[in-house]
Amino acid sequence: MKSTIAACAVLASIPLFGASNVTLNFLVVALVVALVGQGWNILGGYGGQYSFGHAAFFGSGAYVTAVLQVKYGLNAWFAIAVGIAAGALVGAIIGFLAFRSGLRGSYFALVTLAFAEVLRIVASVTPITGAGVGTLIKLDMRPEAFQFQSRAVFYWIILFLVFVSLLIAGRLEQTRFGAWLVAIRENEDSARALGVDVFAIKLRAMILSSAMTAAAGCFYAQYFLFVDSSIAFGSWISVEALLAPIVGGSGTVFGPLAGALIVRLLGEAAKLVAGDAPGIDLAIYGAVLVGVIAFAPRGIVGLMAALSARLRANIVSAADGSGKHG
Amino acid sequence: MLSPAILIPAILNGVLTGAVYALIALGLTLIYGVLHIINFAHGALLTAALFAAYFAFKVLGLDPYIAVVAIAPLFFAFGYALQRFVIGPASHGDERNVLLVTLGIAIVIENLALYAFHADTRTIDVPAGFDVIDVGVALLGVSRVVGFFAVLVLTLVLWAFMRLTDTGKAIRAVAKEQLGAQLAGIDVVHIYGVTFGLGTACLAIAACLLIPTFYVNPYVGQGFVLVAFTIVVLGGMGSITGALVGGILIGVIESLGGLLFGESLGQLGIFVVFILVLLVRPTGLFGVRA
Repeated sequence: MKSTIAACAVLASIPLFGASNVTLNFLVVALVVALVGQGWNILGGYGGQYSFGHAAFFGSGAYVTAVLQVKYGLNAWFAIAVGIAAGALVGAIIGFLAFRSGLRGSYFALVTLAFAEVLRIVASVTPITGAGVGTLIKLDMRPEAFQFQSRAVFYWIILFLVFVSLLIAGRLEQTRFGAWLVAIRENEDSARALGVDVFAIKLRAMILSSAMTAAAGCFYAQYFLFVDSSIAFGSWISVEALLAPIVGGSGTVFGPLAGALIVRLLGEAAKLVAGDAPGIDLAIYGAVLVGVIAFAPRGIVGLMAALSARLRANIVSAADGSGKHG
Repeated sequence: MLSPAILIPAILNGVLTGAVYALIALGLTLIYGVLHIINFAHGALLTAALFAAYFAFKVLGLDPYIAVVAIAPLFFAFGYALQRFVIGPASHGDERNVLLVTLGIAIVIENLALYAFHADTRTIDVPAGFDVIDVGVALLGVSRVVGFFAVLVLTLVLWAFMRLTDTGKAIRAVAKEQLGAQLAGIDVVHIYGVTFGLGTACLAIAACLLIPTFYVNPYVGQGFVLVAFTIVVLGGMGSITGALVGGILIGVIESLGGLLFGESLGQLGIFVVFILVLLVRPTGLFGVRA
């Protein structure tokens, strides 16, 4: 709780030091990934249900936000609220079907991937989503329309959303619901034998996870004022959703945020080195994913905990050693 | 509207396409059956093989049907090394890790291809590419017919290999009971590598059969990933017969779906089948419950 407030306060002060628009843009996108990643983390990190199709929720939020405004002339704030609810509903439907059929592990990953693909194809052909052209939200620089002159305002809004997601994850670790979820991750059959309602817990985690990811999608649509099927339902967001928490440390509160910042920084660094050639940043993401799983299965957060534990042990043993000599 | 004159060629073409799908799925199901892992890098490896066949023709002037003699062993070695030195050690024996490691490999391969060869879609013109055979009810592309029979022969060869050779028996032993096989003196890590290599070699052959009438770009494999998974899930994970039947079935579904609903919605048919099978009968047509 304290560390969440401290971390967010530090991040919130960045625009006050005159950060450039490029820096702010980088941070906004990184925070969007952090929010999507936190959504994935609730289900995948704490619950052990690895989804390969979080784009389904991100895209549902983004499309509902855009389409309600453009085709139905509704207010942006209202559209965002409906977008989050729509994402949660999609999550509830997919979760209900998948968990009811007892899909686990790789089967669950496959079915989520397939749902995201179905939504992508549907969005790329139906007229209401703008089909292949996509949907453009009209420029209307008023706070009522959720559009702001200053990038800093967008930045503070997404930071606030990330802050809320960190609080939720932190709260999860202290509640019975969170403990049940971790029990399912560690051993589903044992959890069931001990009386955990596995289906209900997984479904609740899925709804929470998809609502969080949808919120990121809603924000994304409003920030870029454009949605098309390969942005909203493309595999890139499903990949970033799992990459951020795994690199940062899945099943930890700060894993997704740390991972999103690191992964995005790596991507930018790769672009600096290799020029703006397409592909090189993603190729590095893939290599980082394999490397992290091979050498730091608990992510950056886990690595840092292990390092500090070792450091402390060294200090203690050094103190013991000097004590003996003295 | 749907006269037999349209329907029969659509079904026959679906069968021919489905046979190549079956070969791709065969590689996937082989790997699943033995290693019990879902190889997400399968599509990306197919992309790599298609590029190999493409450059063998463009740079060396080798016809894909000749180049396959070199490309298949090459990809066998590549697959073997990938499993033995990357996937195996990196995943620490956890199924969820395997998912992520193979996904990571897929991302690396696809994007290196994008970086090196750009997003252009490339095709080759082989002499046989446009020849057709008139079978009375339909005109069929020669290279597709060749592909169909090649897949049938390969499935038979693979089946015989698994039944009759020592390596094949070792593979089946590991698939059935890994610990028991290890106690009996089988080098399980080696067998894992061989199996992954065989699966990858299937892809290389499929690529050489596809390239005369198909195209290659860095993302081409992605389209096949879910198709191949659908076939494997439909046929039953780990079943060779299931892969063949499932592949042909999916080829026909795709062909008829495209005919009835148009190209992009036709693809939906495959995913709908996939989701339905997963939800209703995850063991597939020929699979047994694990």
